[in-house]
Amino acid sequence: MQPAHETTGGTSGPGTAVRDDVVVLDGLTKRYGSRTVVDDLSLTVRRGEVYGFLGPNGAGKTTTLRAVLGLIRPTSGTATVLGRPAGSPGAQVGALIENPGFYPYLSGRDNLRVLARYAGAPAGRVDAVLGTVALTDRAGDRYSTYSLGMKQRLGVAAALLKGPELVILDEPTNGLDPAGITDVRALLQRLTADGCTVVLSSHLLGEVEQVCDRVAVVSAGRLVVESSVRDLLGLRRLVVAAEPLDRAAAVTAGLLGAERVAVQDGVLVVQAGAEDAARINRALVLADVEVTGLRQEAQTLEEVFLQMTGSELAAAPPPDAPHERAQRLPQGAVR
Amino acid sequence: MSTATGTRTPQGGSPSPEPTAAPLRGIVAAELLKLLRRPATWVLLGLWPALQLVFSTLVPYISYKRGASYEGSPPEALLASTLPDRLVENSLSGLPLFGGALLLTLGALLAGSEYTWGTLTTLLGQGPRRLTLLAGQLLALVVVLAATVLVSFLLTALAARAIAGGASAAVDWPGPAQLVRALGGGLLIATTWGALGMLLGTALRSTALPIALGLVWVLAVENLIVNVAAPLLGVFDAAQAVLPGVNAGSLVAALAGEGAALRTPGVAAIVDGGQAAWVLAAFLAVSTALTGLLLTRRDIA
Repeated sequence: MQPAHETTGGTSGPGTAVRDDVVVLDGLTKRYGSRTVVDDLSLTVRRGEVYGFLGPNGAGKTTTLRAVLGLIRPTSGTATVLGRPAGSPGAQVGALIENPGFYPYLSGRDNLRVLARYAGAPAGRVDAVLGTVALTDRAGDRYSTYSLGMKQRLGVAAALLKGPELVILDEPTNGLDPAGITDVRALLQRLTADGCTVVLSSHLLGEVEQVCDRVAVVSAGRLVVESSVRDLLGLRRLVVAAEPLDRAAAVTAGLLGAERVAVQDGVLVVQAGAEDAARINRALVLADVEVTGLRQEAQTLEEVFLQMTGSELAAAPPPDAPHERAQRLPQGAVR
Repeated sequence: MSTATGTRTPQGGSPSPEPTAAPLRGIVAAELLKLLRRPATWVLLGLWPALQLVFSTLVPYISYKRGASYEGSPPEALLASTLPDRLVENSLSGLPLFGGALLLTLGALLAGSEYTWGTLTTLLGQGPRRLTLLAGQLLALVVVLAATVLVSFLLTALAARAIAGGASAAVDWPGPAQLVRALGGGLLIATTWGALGMLLGTALRSTALPIALGLVWVLAVENLIVNVAAPLLGVFDAAQAVLPGVNAGSLVAALAGEGAALRTPGVAAIVDGGQAAWVLAAFLAVSTALTGLLLTRRDIA
């Protein structure tokens, strides 16, 4: 895990950005009057990753994404996208910002036809993206008759029209039911499989934790940390109840290194993941240590966030998983 | 979300080709689709030729048939005012006042609802240049306004031809040069109102307030300046020469030619035709430039 001020060292500034840095923000600041919404934000999104942009409501996420799209002009600092200044015409960027705006009197298909013209995308893309978001059946209906979830899906379809290199999704699961949220997650995986880079903003921890490679945590417009999810969550912890404890500690330290082993409250706390559990257990048994319990514990992003900022994020339970923490271990979260 | 996304796979590390913004003709086509599918367009653009026909041709004709006179003119004068040789003023006389109000409303709706629906963000998210967006919207507006001006001429011509046939009167159409000038002048007036509406809609980023302000200006304030303030104070007398409605009315009067019966409110030769055309063109240019400035300089939030 890196503190905020160290995260962008070595990344290229505008004009010299290497192609594998898809988005480079350098000291981005946006003020409205005396109110600073985004404060000296520097971060880098690399090609092919799903990048989570995490923070509570009002943290400045949407303002930052608007700057990345060139919709707003930074007060200071720069935003470079695909090696060019943010908002450069024709950039291969698709975006869904907040609740998407569409023409209520047009059908979903006609809305996309209009946008395809604006994107310079071939007309055939309209039906392709309608299929991608499973809206083909309702494509001829007026947008004003769509449910919230359908509106959101049409927004995702619009973001994909030009087959972009970079897809920016601002709270894409807003208004979606659990099945819709699962669909978005599957879509994100297909996008990255196709070579897309995805920036996903959310105030929902479960969402970011499960799909993102790296995250930036922002609070009050400032970058709190930029890191991989794995690093951010810290090394996972195995809690081993064993007898005798001192021998268990020695054996485990010999296996993983002393710095990863601690005795706390009568149990062994080992910084290790589930993949290490079996060999630790085997080593302990072979050393005549009686293992009476072995369980894994994980920090969640919420715990990390609380530690770093003292403020709360909205913790959404994963829609398709039970709520026990044991089901939200990071090894399942980190792809 | 079940089928393949179909996105392109960029080659890692290799520079992608210089991106090109969407072509203007595609954006004009998109804007035409929006305009033509929008019920408000048909209501506003249908109302003007319909009202135009009713007040400039049908009402005088029915009065003539009933033997009524108008401000001391005999019924025959009413009939004469509906015949083919009066096609130009009968097709355009509503533009300085109620036509202007309707077209200004259309312009304000066109620009303002992009903000109220949040569609400006969606459009710009597709990567066009902001000025290309404005050019596309303005050109599409010009296309539908040109069609509407033509419709007004056609409707009026059909009615005038039928009246002349019924009354066994002379069918004496305006010459081609006068018709072309009239179509161009009508389009200039219509586009100026539409562009002023777009400026108001863009400046206020909404629809209700710009429409209200535009209507009050066209229907009330200009009238007050011309009829109340100008006769009393010299400064208003001079100022009225640069009002859009006054210049639109003067241009229609000039296009109608000598001997036209200018009885429609708002149509009066206060300035000469050439000056009126230049003032309107200046309004069109300045309002378009200001809209472009607002669109490019402001944040889209």
